[in-house]
Amino acid sequence: MNAELLSFYVAAIVLVALAGLYYLLVTTNLIRAVIGLELVTKAITVGLVLAGRLTGKVGIAQSLVITLIVVEVVIMVVAVGLILNAHRQTNDVDVRRLRNIKG
Amino acid sequence: MNDYIIDIVILACLVLSAVWAVLSPRLLRAVVGLALASVCVTIVLFRLDSPLAGVFELSVCAGLISAVFISTISLAALETEESVVQTSKERIRRYWFLPPLLLLVGVAVTQLALPDMPVQAITGEGVREVLWNQRHLDLLGQIAVLLAGAFGVVVLFKGFETRVDKGIEIKETTGK
Repeated sequence: MNAELLSFYVAAIVLVALAGLYYLLVTTNLIRAVIGLELVTKAITVGLVLAGRLTGKVGIAQSLVITLIVVEVVIMVVAVGLILNAHRQTNDVDVRRLRNIKG
Repeated sequence: MNDYIIDIVILACLVLSAVWAVLSPRLLRAVVGLALASVCVTIVLFRLDSPLAGVFELSVCAGLISAVFISTISLAALETEESVVQTSKERIRRYWFLPPLLLLVGVAVTQLALPDMPVQAITGEGVREVLWNQRHLDLLGQIAVLLAGAFGVVVLFKGFETRVDKGIEIKETTGK
């Protein structure tokens, strides 16, 4: 892999991570927040595999990515369960409507 | 340059899918954008000699997660036309400075990160060997996380039953 292609990979990783971060920052919709988190995870996935390819440790990178995917799915499913419960309570998924649960 | 044109096209598709997911006013289109980004990530993983991770990404992230998101959206029946337009306008008005700021940070990070990155040969280390022999504790961690997730879902969905909420009947599945 030459430096030119590497720069494209790094730029794509950074842009996708920033898109997810932007989504997390601006949205008040809980489902959109989870989508933003997923986008950041996609960037991290590509970054891990790229680092493994560059350092010659593709096996370790793949095992880390598989672990990351398992954790990602569990977090996502539990988050969706929480969102559905919040929707049951407030009939909405806007975080601004959840202020009544603060302690 | 011509040798890497496929990589560049796939990376461009990945970025465009992510941007589409972020900018789309409709939740369903955002989920479709996320699924497309997952497919692009899968192709990138295959191009980077990581087929097993690619298969996991395609089956779990592009398939399962999209299905769960679409089910959630259809269960909750979340958005009206007015709320979509209002949210979109409010977001542009309040956060107009964030996209150029984040883009600037991204360009700076890209420029800082590139020099002196090592490029080494692939050793051919098998992922199965790594996962079963070197990082077997990761497997125990994965099992623990999966069990925790399963228990979490059972607790969250326990006691769902048909009820009337604000004049709208919401039919939900029971956790029993």
